[in-house]
Amino acid sequence: MFDASLTELAAALAAKRISSVELTRLFLDRIARLDGSLNAFITVDPERSLAQARAADRRLGAGEGGPLTGIPVAHKDLFLTEGWPSTCGSRMLANFVAPYDAHVIERFNAAGAVILGKTNMDEFAMGSSNESSWFGAARNPWNPECVPGGSSGGSATAVAARMAPAATGTDTGGSIRQPAALTGICGLKPTYGVVSRHGMVAFASSLDQGGPLARSAEELAALMNVMAGFDARDSTSLERPAEDYARELARPVAGLRIGVPREYFAEGLAPEVAAAVQAAIDALQKLGATTSDVDLPNTGLSVPAYYVIAPAEASSNLSRYDGVRYGFRAPEYDDLMDMYCRSRAAGFGAEVKRRILVGTYVLSHGYYDAYYLKAQKIRRLIANDFAEAFKRCDVIVGPTTPGVAFRLGEKTADPVQMYLDDIYTVAVNLAGLPALSIPCGFGRGGDAGPASDLSRGGLLPIGLQLIGDYFAEARLLGVAHQYQRGTDWHRRAPPIGH
Amino acid sequence: MSLPLSEVMRIAALARIAVSEAEAEAVRGQLNGIFAMIARMNAVDTTGVEPMAHVRDVTLRLREDIVTEADRHAAFQAIAPQVEDGLYLVPKVIE
Repeated sequence: MFDASLTELAAALAAKRISSVELTRLFLDRIARLDGSLNAFITVDPERSLAQARAADRRLGAGEGGPLTGIPVAHKDLFLTEGWPSTCGSRMLANFVAPYDAHVIERFNAAGAVILGKTNMDEFAMGSSNESSWFGAARNPWNPECVPGGSSGGSATAVAARMAPAATGTDTGGSIRQPAALTGICGLKPTYGVVSRHGMVAFASSLDQGGPLARSAEELAALMNVMAGFDARDSTSLERPAEDYARELARPVAGLRIGVPREYFAEGLAPEVAAAVQAAIDALQKLGATTSDVDLPNTGLSVPAYYVIAPAEASSNLSRYDGVRYGFRAPEYDDLMDMYCRSRAAGFGAEVKRRILVGTYVLSHGYYDAYYLKAQKIRRLIANDFAEAFKRCDVIVGPTTPGVAFRLGEKTADPVQMYLDDIYTVAVNLAGLPALSIPCGFGRGGDAGPASDLSRGGLLPIGLQLIGDYFAEARLLGVAHQYQRGTDWHRRAPPIGH
Repeated sequence: MSLPLSEVMRIAALARIAVSEAEAEAVRGQLNGIFAMIARMNAVDTTGVEPMAHVRDVTLRLREDIVTEADRHAAFQAIAPQVEDGLYLVPKVIE
């Protein structure tokens, strides 16, 4: 049952082979068994989950179920969930119980899905390893000594370890795709504006976008059909007709024009990742796709521009945490200013504070043009590069990350080292394009690892990234699905809990 | 570029984050590393390039200036650190 797809689970529920209560209990039991060592969840509340499951069973009994009715889904802990703690992985919000639901949560509730729990994440979604969480890092189920990636690391770990059939995440600079890649699952970052940001705690508002994580492209499509849609409460939500994200799953790959950006295969890419990605491109060619080189000449500038724009927006967004209306307030202070400063000093962790400082500096008097405006100009160049490339191809294919999952603590000493690993993901956010990551192989990392790894096979997943033009989600999912029909990387389960 | 300690202290004050000199000194090296990476932006000439503030240059939608939300101040204030008579309590700011 833990390996069953969302479609299979829906069929089992519809045929009364299992109830939503039974299914939810199975996953809650598995979380209780495995999560002590994996730390994928910040909050699990069996009573609340089972109440929703009972309601779903009544709905199914009345013949009113939909594709997700009765199916447990885990949510990244920055989606506000009424009555649940919604901590954002921060001490600042450790005791924050959301007074309303995010739009995404409303949509899952309306679909009859069961909230399985709230997943671990880098604090305020700032990080690529999950290590900045106030609640401790989630672990990679393929090797608990390694990071699951971030910031949606808990969601990725939960799905990869079969503790949840599916999960939600958010992607500001790669935070869905990178953890999906490092844990061997699938994750989609939609076109900016497709999924409402209402009730999704803000990090960098011009970049933040919610999306699904699951084990196959087909399941991502089913989740997108629930998550996406116009919401008047998000001023950047796009007013578009509803679409069926599964409509191109059956479309053959024959005739697909794949663009391969040379810059994504340059120095810094691990040879084992390059080989796995090349093998996936070869497999797509065998299915009838053609390939050509495309240029994304400003790729190298995407990380510097991103690490100006994202911290700038973050420093502004996070100014709301003042210890007055909600969140952490320091126990002792002299006056109002001192209360702000101490509450923020103790409520935020080191990475969040670093980014607030960077953002404050680049927006401060005298530096705005040299940093923020410059970065916005480079953002334009990066978007233009993609527009040029999509004149010549339908899909851009490359790696999601430069290497496989790294060890906990390996990159915490030097933030820049961690930032530079975002090289293949941040440009997509700057341009606002849709992209997904699917598993395409395994690697061993920089060294073969100690004996304890070898007993687990010592293998870590590799992610393939597919980037599409605006609103090309259905096409991306179709290409990924056709690839997954002929490969089994996405069916490989980590060696735990069996 | 290398940020002096005084500049780190100034930014932290602007950001309303209390830091000791020792903490500021510790973060100074990291900030300088980050700004050295960011300085790579200067390698490209962006003269005449229109800044891109938003994806596809979307304009923010405006709504009618009418009340659309129910009054839920009790629920919202239930999560505040300190409330009295429906008011948020903060240290005295006016003598």
